[in-house]
Amino acid sequence: MWDHEIKAMASSHAIIASCIFMATVVPAVFIPGFSVYGTHLLWLYCVTAAVSVVTVSVFWLLGVSQPTKKITLSYKLSRLVRSCLYLLLSCLFYHTVVVLYGAPLIESALETFSLAVLLTSLTTLRCLCVLGPNVQAWIRVFSRHGAMSVWDTSLQITVACSVIGAWLGAFPIPLDWDRPWQVWPVSCSLGSVIGYLTGLVAAPAWIHFHRKQLTYKCK
Amino acid sequence: MKRLPVLCLLLWLCALFYVGIYLFVSGFLLVRLEVNRTSACDDVLQPGGGGVGGGDGVGGGGGSRRRDFCGAKPRFRRTLLLIIDALKMDFARFDPSNKTPRPYENKLPVLEEMTSLRPAHSRLYPFRADPPTTTMQRIKGFTTGSLPTFIDVGNNFASSAILEDNIIHQFGKIGKRLVFMGDDTWENLFPKKFQRSLPFPSFNVKDLHTVDNGILQHLYSTMVGEDWDVLVAHFLGVDHCGHRFGPDHPAMGHKLTQMDGVIRSVMERLHNDTLLVVMGDHGMTDTGDHGGESQKETDAALFLYSPTPLFPGPPSQSEPEVVPQTDLVPTLSLLLGAPIPYSNVGQVLLPLFPADSQTEGAAAGLSQLEALWVNVKQVDGDIPRSVQAYLSSVRETCRATWARFNPLKMAAGLVILALACLLCFLVSQASGALAAGARGMLTVPVATAAAVAACAAAGQVLVRGRVELAWCLAPAVFASELAMLQEPVSPSAFKIHPVLSIPQVAPRQSGSAHLVPLLVAALRCASLLSDSYVIAEGRVVTFLLLSLGLYVPVRLHWDGHLLPPPHEPQKPPAGLLPPPPPAAAVRREAGVLLGCLGLLVGAAYLSLSFHACREEQGACQPSPFLSPLSRMQDSRLKNVHYGLSLAALGLWTHLLRRWLRHYGNLNASGGAVWVACRVLPLVAVCLGLHWAVSATPEDSFRNLAELIGQAQVLLPRAAFALLGLGAALLWADPLTIYQRMRRSLEDSEQPGGREVDTRPAVEAYGLGTVYSAPLLLLCGLLGLGLLLLHPEGMAVSFLLLLLEMGALLHIHAAATGLAGLQGAHSGDFSVPWTPVVLWSLASSQFFHATGHLPTFPSIQWAAAFVGFPGGHAGTLLPAALVTLNTFSSHILFAGIRPSVLLSTFMYNVWSLLQVLSCVCAAAVLRRHLMVWKVFTPKLMFEASGFLVSSAFLLVGVALVARVDLAVGRWFRRLLPDPTRRLSRLARSNSTRQVYSEFAAI
Repeated sequence: MWDHEIKAMASSHAIIASCIFMATVVPAVFIPGFSVYGTHLLWLYCVTAAVSVVTVSVFWLLGVSQPTKKITLSYKLSRLVRSCLYLLLSCLFYHTVVVLYGAPLIESALETFSLAVLLTSLTTLRCLCVLGPNVQAWIRVFSRHGAMSVWDTSLQITVACSVIGAWLGAFPIPLDWDRPWQVWPVSCSLGSVIGYLTGLVAAPAWIHFHRKQLTYKCK
Repeated sequence: MKRLPVLCLLLWLCALFYVGIYLFVSGFLLVRLEVNRTSACDDVLQPGGGGVGGGDGVGGGGGSRRRDFCGAKPRFRRTLLLIIDALKMDFARFDPSNKTPRPYENKLPVLEEMTSLRPAHSRLYPFRADPPTTTMQRIKGFTTGSLPTFIDVGNNFASSAILEDNIIHQFGKIGKRLVFMGDDTWENLFPKKFQRSLPFPSFNVKDLHTVDNGILQHLYSTMVGEDWDVLVAHFLGVDHCGHRFGPDHPAMGHKLTQMDGVIRSVMERLHNDTLLVVMGDHGMTDTGDHGGESQKETDAALFLYSPTPLFPGPPSQSEPEVVPQTDLVPTLSLLLGAPIPYSNVGQVLLPLFPADSQTEGAAAGLSQLEALWVNVKQVDGDIPRSVQAYLSSVRETCRATWARFNPLKMAAGLVILALACLLCFLVSQASGALAAGARGMLTVPVATAAAVAACAAAGQVLVRGRVELAWCLAPAVFASELAMLQEPVSPSAFKIHPVLSIPQVAPRQSGSAHLVPLLVAALRCASLLSDSYVIAEGRVVTFLLLSLGLYVPVRLHWDGHLLPPPHEPQKPPAGLLPPPPPAAAVRREAGVLLGCLGLLVGAAYLSLSFHACREEQGACQPSPFLSPLSRMQDSRLKNVHYGLSLAALGLWTHLLRRWLRHYGNLNASGGAVWVACRVLPLVAVCLGLHWAVSATPEDSFRNLAELIGQAQVLLPRAAFALLGLGAALLWADPLTIYQRMRRSLEDSEQPGGREVDTRPAVEAYGLGTVYSAPLLLLCGLLGLGLLLLHPEGMAVSFLLLLLEMGALLHIHAAATGLAGLQGAHSGDFSVPWTPVVLWSLASSQFFHATGHLPTFPSIQWAAAFVGFPGGHAGTLLPAALVTLNTFSSHILFAGIRPSVLLSTFMYNVWSLLQVLSCVCAAAVLRRHLMVWKVFTPKLMFEASGFLVSSAFLLVGVALVARVDLAVGRWFRRLLPDPTRRLSRLARSNSTRQVYSEFAAI
């Protein structure tokens, strides 16, 4: 039913996934000693930046975001400001949640905040791109009958996958294996990125296989 | 009349589980076989060591030398064993370059002076203890020369006589006159072995001076006399000081200085033929505790001195770096000319023996291994290294193979436990039906059990001639379980019982609703199988609790229950859909849900700061709230902590009363209300005063010392008495209903009453919470009592516990309410597993957040002295107090459980599953490196926690049954006989109200 959209989604997801891959490989060529564990924060920032840039540009080019009624400059500006504010709030929100889950409060606050930024770029940014700075819509999307397009469904899947990935990433931390990826926040950020990649693959696949059952209310 | 059968069923299930645990534990916990053989003088040189025979050294055949051994003149005629409990190696070292010593450093200069001035006469060694480093095990270890076993730990306060061959016995046999003074543990271990003994009570940890001063009164006069050969003096002051104040406290400095003086005076009085041994039996951690196997706990000090030259020369390269504690036994035996005790596995301390004489170091292995005898001959300095290595390897082999499991018993225990779990689950699924027909149901299983037990006993008598309890119980319980499984559950008997199975939701539910709570439950069970997760259990449990808590609103929102449905302009025709629920109500419920979730998350997060530390957690700082106020030295910090504790205590009391007032229970008059208004605040005042008194430094109010001492006894006892009184009153009169006769309609506050007749109507207040109010009061009383047994700082943690309990209940109620409001079937969201798992996770979480850990050294022994600073006569009362202290979180969460949680049985299934996974962990990983350090203590704590919480669950259920009875009577009194039907109607009304009450609280 939505073959065109599924194709667009699959290709855009492929672009995002490949850019995560590039963000891991390319800096290793230019920066000596670059590795996912060793210079973890650097890798994390690379991935964050790559995902942010590519997501924004892909969704802007695709024009998924809801058409705005008024196209005045001031309206655009206010949307931009609101988006930035939401991104910041989302970083703080994730930071708080991660601390509540047991991350150290004061020491390694930078690592925790970096993880929050990564999670924001994986989840909130996509929400912003798909739904615009509209918290009501965000809340609406995450319910069983809340999705109104294939993009909403894919948003549900990727966000859930990234968050669950980060949650699962906390599991190996207490183990006494003394591996480099057990250091905070390596396992969690790896988990969320892997979860996100899974979501990128799973979303078009799931939608493709369930396209007969999917029905969306019109807006 | 269905209360009794339900209680019976619960008891029966618990009994099944107790038997299963008993069977498993009796097969799992190692029983060390004590060998009752003793060495004799003529054993010593029995050949059998193989190639090391020969006629070198002393020469002569075996026969002539046998008699020589005990008859020969030993190197020392007398020895003075000065044991300073918990004399850590750090205390004994002296570092002259240290200009700013800590209170425990550089306080024993005498040792350093002697070793440097008279190197041939004295030596200081680190003295390594084998875990467990508890005093009784250590005394056993360094008198028998063997290794203590795990099971011995439990006997620490009921020490029984040593039956194994030991050095005291050997000294007695060769005619030494033994004198003992100090720690009365010795007297229990060696009854009637001493010519003269002056035991002093050891159990009172707060008492720093009684034992030491008692020893000092008699020590010097005894020493001067000639009527002793072996004198054992066991000082306890240092250990008690560590337990009370920690090593880093000025009191420790004073105590060590006193010990320094003692050692000096003893040295002055020594004769030339006397050997002085100053030793610690174990060390202590930085908090002053011991029992584990960290190096801080195992490294004690050993100091040897004699007025005659003891060592052939100054310290050389061949000096051992560390002396194991088992080595003291053969060394002392040989120095004093006694045979080495049979079960010794230590080796002689070689530097003490001159190179040209001969020494015998003998090691006896285990009975399982075969007795091993080795003679070490030191001829011309040619020490056979291989023999030393051999002796060391025997020691290691003993350590490794001490374990002997009984796999049959373990398997039987596991099977019974698993079956009990299954049964409990089945019962929980059909609890209503079982409640109705329970009486008939239990007859067959119980009869089967009795019959099978009798058969098994008879069979055992016939075949083996004696009865072993475990093998009677195992078949009996197994048969009983099978009989129960055969029992048909008749659906016609399905009746909802008002107390135990009210919100029993139909088991048919959508699978996805169960998925996440069951996943969390599975994760929790799986985490018990890994030592890392058991070590980090406090955090793991909090993590899972938060995850499941956050899942509740997410799930609700996913199902579209959290927000009011959007207002749609094109409304579907009425009649097809139920009318949309009022948006305001939904919003309010959602607000309550989210607010309580915030409270839950906050309480769970803050509770992380009350954790204690396991020794395995390297960089972990125990919570500052855990140390009692009397240990704190900064007086400002002390005041802040005290103020915080008082505030928490006040809030605890206030919140309870506030809740009762909110639901109108305080208007009534009666026992329960009196308890809430009078007893509760009074107990709180007692608690606050008690904390203040126990926190006052001993030396600040000299003239008030007697008063303070009395207050320390009286205040907690008064609190205990008040709590007992409160509980009795609560039991006697649990109703908190305020009734009022309404004469006419004008009095009525709410208009719209339809009955216009002038018959007097009855208004009852507080009926909605008639069941939960007494339970909550009981919980409040219990909480205060348990708080009394904890360090003061834990008051904050207890407050968090109360808040979290409330938050959990409100979340459950709001979630159910929201699902109901949105027109969904009310059972749709109230997934029975979510609250059950949440509740139990919270209980485990607060086990950790009240400063407890599933390890033996972390047991808070101080709880035994609350109200009894002078110590106890028996062991029952202190054991009970310590148990209450340890499992306080289990008790509180179990006590209030029957009123609020879905099914008692459901909860039981879950606790059983946790115990079962602990049992599995211990069984599967029984050869794991960490089995004795992590899994076994965890199993013991989980099993005892289940035991205690099931006991208090029964108390709670009994209280609910009592309230039920009282409510029934109240209705009957209200509506006399002719209106019997009406009464039943009212009764069912009350049941419905209970429903709403569950939703409300």
